[in-house]
Amino acid sequence: MLIGLFNDWIVVILMMIGLYIVIAHGNLIKKLIGLTIFQTSVFIFYISMAKVDGGTAPILADGITQYSNPLPHVLILTAIVVGIATTALGLSLVVRIKETYNSIEEEEIQQQDNEEQLSMNKAEENA
Amino acid sequence: MIVHLPILQVIIPLMAAPICLMLNRAKLVWLFALLASGLAFSISILLLQQVMTSGVISYELGGWQAPWGIEYRIDKLNAFLLLIISGISTVVLVAAQTSIEKEIPKDKHTYFYVLYLLSLTGMLGIVATGDAFNIFVFLEISSLSAYALIAMGQKRQALWASYQYLIMGTIGATFILIGIGLMYQMTGTLNMQDLSQRLPEVAQTRTVFVSFAFVIVGVCLKLAMFPLHLWLPNAYAYAPSIVTAFFAATATKVAVYLLIRFTFSVFGLSFSFTTIPLQTLFMALGLLGIFVASTTAIYQSNVKHLFAYSSIAQIGYMIVGFSVSTVAGLTATLLHMFNHALMKGAIFLALAAVIYRVGNVELKNFRGLGRQMPLTMAAIVIGGLSLIGVPLTVGFVSKWYLLTALVEQGWWPIAVLILLGSMLAVVYVWRVIEVAYFKEPLDPSIKVKEAPMSFLIPIWTLVIANIYFGIDTRLSVQVAEAAAQSLFGVSP
Repeated sequence: MLIGLFNDWIVVILMMIGLYIVIAHGNLIKKLIGLTIFQTSVFIFYISMAKVDGGTAPILADGITQYSNPLPHVLILTAIVVGIATTALGLSLVVRIKETYNSIEEEEIQQQDNEEQLSMNKAEENA
Repeated sequence: MIVHLPILQVIIPLMAAPICLMLNRAKLVWLFALLASGLAFSISILLLQQVMTSGVISYELGGWQAPWGIEYRIDKLNAFLLLIISGISTVVLVAAQTSIEKEIPKDKHTYFYVLYLLSLTGMLGIVATGDAFNIFVFLEISSLSAYALIAMGQKRQALWASYQYLIMGTIGATFILIGIGLMYQMTGTLNMQDLSQRLPEVAQTRTVFVSFAFVIVGVCLKLAMFPLHLWLPNAYAYAPSIVTAFFAATATKVAVYLLIRFTFSVFGLSFSFTTIPLQTLFMALGLLGIFVASTTAIYQSNVKHLFAYSSIAQIGYMIVGFSVSTVAGLTATLLHMFNHALMKGAIFLALAAVIYRVGNVELKNFRGLGRQMPLTMAAIVIGGLSLIGVPLTVGFVSKWYLLTALVEQGWWPIAVLILLGSMLAVVYVWRVIEVAYFKEPLDPSIKVKEAPMSFLIPIWTLVIANIYFGIDTRLSVQVAEAAAQSLFGVSP
């Protein structure tokens, strides 16, 4: 049971680690790392799903009758591209957040936003 | 040519996006994007006509046969959604050039149109395709461009809102990916038509339950269904106004479509509503969404925030209609998708015009606007009346259908709650109207002019549509009813 589902265990563990980092950490870069781990766990899930016991790469050759399923691999190629695009976009957002807020900590950013809101409300009251 | 309409629908905006980069002249790019979107709109009209007369269109990409190759499958539901998305996109784009002049730096205008077209491609693709993995890919195309578009907002909060949306959106999309993977594991197919035939054989396995859960939670994140709505208000409030108008009218509709497609077509009615108690859960969350979001809307001082919360509440109505799980209920949901696109499109475009003239949409700056920008404010009033559900507007039509659906089932208490929810809409819409019409301007020396024609034309197109489809309901009701019936009738 434990050995047979080895890949699945890894997938679930990685998935939980990733999701936990996204939720628990306040650092924007760490959140993105968590997100990447989370996505990667799904890649592993698809790829290990496609593996057929004793099967080889799906290339026609003499004497080979059993092949692994190539479709999930192809799907995951696409998903990897999507994942990279997401990470790149996320990181570039973090760069610009750092430029304007001078911080990449969730708490500090939210604090700055709140203070801005408060000072706006005060200015309104004075007016 | 006519055979290839389903793919042209998606590929025209996709190809137009990189061409925009080559044109690289603000006005030219705008006209070109408008042309591409307009073409997509005309194709969607043709597709809808074709589907209504001759039934489902199946298009095999590259000539590969269906369960192996990717299939684009246009039925009444898809065609209806394609019409909403491409129509709103075209109308909104008319005002884009004027609006982004003030909100986005000149050197970024081309990129704006590129991203806009890509986002449109993604949404059209999600709706047109019949392949589950394709949905994920298009979902990410539309979301990635959406994150970038939102980050273009003027204030720095736009960056933070975009980042939060990126995190939530990616988790949602990955959940959908996991769900699709589990389905593939059990059935060996990604074609949704094929899935719907093969899933019942394995329906009673834990894997299918888990895959259903992942897909539903993922879709609900995208849908901004209460309590997964936290990303939406800021993303809508800080995005450039044109982007808000486009997304508020279309993005959540696409997610509602996915919810309907997965529960009704792929997993099937009996599985989604009998094996799993989705009905009670969604009914409760939908109602909670209506009340919590409407109440929050009342306390907002930024009008964009106010209407963003109202959008979450309107999603609640769609969810309630969905959870009735009868033809009448689903018809109400589909109608409300159409109608909500019209009202929110009109309202957010009018807000874009206010931003163009006033600079922001803080409620206090609305003082006196009723006299200074009469046409724009009248549009907000009519849009607001439509949100409340006053007769002769589209809002009334969908609320009416929703109420009849609920009463048909004998669920009086819920019908009463829906009416109470509409009362909350009266309160927040009234707040805007009161300030705009009954308060003197803060500084009478500042003269605010009426919005330019490039705003008024698209705004009033939508406003007139709001009234027209509120009186002549033939088109919207007929299509929505037919789509709902086909989802129940040909239930897989």
